[in-house]
Amino acid sequence: MAYPFILRVLFLYFFWVGLAAAANEKEIKIAYFSQELAPPQSLSNLDPFIKDKGFPGAQLGIADNNTTGRFTGQIYTLDKIAVPLQGDSYQVFKDKVLNQYAFVIADLPASQLEKISELAKPDQMLIFDANTSDDALRTKCLPQVLFILPSRAMRADALAQYMMKKRWSKWFLVVGPAKEDELYAAAIKRSAKRFGIKITAEKKWEHTFDARKTEQSDIPTFTQAGDYDVLIVADEQCIFGEYLDYRTWSPRPVIGTQGLIATAWHKTHEQWGAIQMQNRFKDKVGRWMEESDYGAYIAVRAIGEAATRSHSVNLADIKAYMLSEDFALQGYKGKPLSFRGWDGQMRQPVLLAAPRSLVTVAPVEGFLHPKTELDTLGFDQPESLCK
Amino acid sequence: MNAWMISVGFLLALSGAAHAETVYVTLEKDNAIAVVDPIAGSLLKTVSVGQRPRGIAISNDYKYLFVATSDDNTIKVIDAETLLEIGKLPSGDDPETFALTPDGKRLFASNEDDNTVTVIDIATKQAVQQIPVGVEPEGIAASPDGQWVVSATEATNMLHWINAKTLAISDNTLVDPRPRALSFTSDSQFLWVTSEMAGTVTVLDAKTRQIVKNIKLSVQGVTDDTIQPVGVVIDKDQRWAYVAMGPANRVAVINAKTFEVEKYLLVGQRVWNLAFSPDQKRLYTTNGLSNDVSIIDLDNHKVTKSIGVGRYPWGVVSKP
Repeated sequence: MAYPFILRVLFLYFFWVGLAAAANEKEIKIAYFSQELAPPQSLSNLDPFIKDKGFPGAQLGIADNNTTGRFTGQIYTLDKIAVPLQGDSYQVFKDKVLNQYAFVIADLPASQLEKISELAKPDQMLIFDANTSDDALRTKCLPQVLFILPSRAMRADALAQYMMKKRWSKWFLVVGPAKEDELYAAAIKRSAKRFGIKITAEKKWEHTFDARKTEQSDIPTFTQAGDYDVLIVADEQCIFGEYLDYRTWSPRPVIGTQGLIATAWHKTHEQWGAIQMQNRFKDKVGRWMEESDYGAYIAVRAIGEAATRSHSVNLADIKAYMLSEDFALQGYKGKPLSFRGWDGQMRQPVLLAAPRSLVTVAPVEGFLHPKTELDTLGFDQPESLCK
Repeated sequence: MNAWMISVGFLLALSGAAHAETVYVTLEKDNAIAVVDPIAGSLLKTVSVGQRPRGIAISNDYKYLFVATSDDNTIKVIDAETLLEIGKLPSGDDPETFALTPDGKRLFASNEDDNTVTVIDIATKQAVQQIPVGVEPEGIAASPDGQWVVSATEATNMLHWINAKTLAISDNTLVDPRPRALSFTSDSQFLWVTSEMAGTVTVLDAKTRQIVKNIKLSVQGVTDDTIQPVGVVIDKDQRWAYVAMGPANRVAVINAKTFEVEKYLLVGQRVWNLAFSPDQKRLYTTNGLSNDVSIIDLDNHKVTKSIGVGRYPWGVVSKP
């Protein structure tokens, strides 16, 4: 009974693969371009360092696109081009990606992404930034780049909306030593101003190696900062942020890069079909889907959706559809995802997650917008200098 | 003699009224079925059924309930009278929605995680075949004339027209983003499909598999991205179609001839699925977030009652 049944499934599978192979003028080649990362300093062994973050998301997106492609005759292929730790990403991009791919998923730090994007001509290549949340890059108005993950401004606005709803409007801002922490803090200050939140105190965390200082002794003194409702921490490298909760001088919650975080994806998220996505990813990859996996998945799916709808494998058609009003991508977050025409940022709900519970999803109810509430997060059209 | 007959008739009518109708509702988070008396407007009881029950259907003779218990990876067969489990069907992984063929012999189940539709022979409780479809198959409907079973895939955004006899896919139609639920008209001529992400309802001609009409739902004061239609049903006279609008908390009443939206009825929060009463005088809605069922009087198109049933009501069926 079981045997012929499996054979039948296999037969159907090869039948479709065969069909697809016969029509490779309808092929879409996608490059996944990344640079190897050094393991970061870590605070605990709870979260192991994941070396291949991002790429499995792109692979799952390709599998989904090809399942749809069986019915449309379109085929999607994915090539991974990984620059070694010490390698020169600009040179590798020039040699191995430029003029060879029209669609590129980039998993790079902001500075490197900016450099390679200078090489890409808007009518020949579309780069999907599946990694950064850099606001400066997004205000450069680069027509050849689309930004998948929420910007720092969107994340900060998401937190601010929820804090306003809770009426926790006095913030104590703690900023880490990294350059990225400064950028995160700048986004927090922008949101505070936007939503009428008071930053009552601000301190810089000086990371010292003084053996006399311990977390238990240091943090209570460090967090004596007068009266505030929440401590908002900017520590993107995860160097000290996890230590703050339960060690502060006053009993106040921690939000920001640790505690309650604003993110595009989280393992606690299971609404709107997200549970299916989580299960499919876990079955395939053997770990939870991380934010950059989601970013890469969505980038590949955006290409697939626009190719299906525009009945084309051609960059100009796909890009035009992707940036049109009709584009509506299902992203497991309850509202259709689309791109902001002015700066190429993906419009999307932002999850506010505690380590083991999804607290809420922004835009928070009550924050209104004439067009779509999703544009209450981040740089809206009138604020943007891009066209 | 006459008086005796009249009084017997009267008693029968009385007892008939007392047990006029039963409504069954799956409760996704309570792992149970709620049994509701819609005439009295009360919850009669709640019965455990298995992990994460979602899709529910009733056999043509109203004797058996079929309930997809998603986290048990099976579809359970339950005696509609005693509510005891009498069998399990091999649905494949994570069954959510399924369709019974009009002859009651086969059941087609969507396997969302595997991108397949499983065909099950009910009498032998065997899986006959698995049909590969697009990504995340969800809504599925069988045409009353026995010709088609149509599977809607949420991420591929297609309708796959499965020939119910040969089990081969005959055609695929691209529809608006995230198609959720679908329903044939009683004459099998038209197929109505909701698209959750687009806020639209699409009507297709079953003969040509082409789109006849695309209806955009919009409510004043509600932003477009909150309008997320899910369940759709059409009355047997094909006068009205009813569409559950998810987080817009409304049911759209659409003229099935002109395709004009007649009105929007406010029901509970995140309205999911719909079912007619057997006489089609009432419509029942499951409201996922407000944990209740709304009853709509179809003569006047008015919401008459809401009945608290339990956590996350998902699917609903009724029997006389």
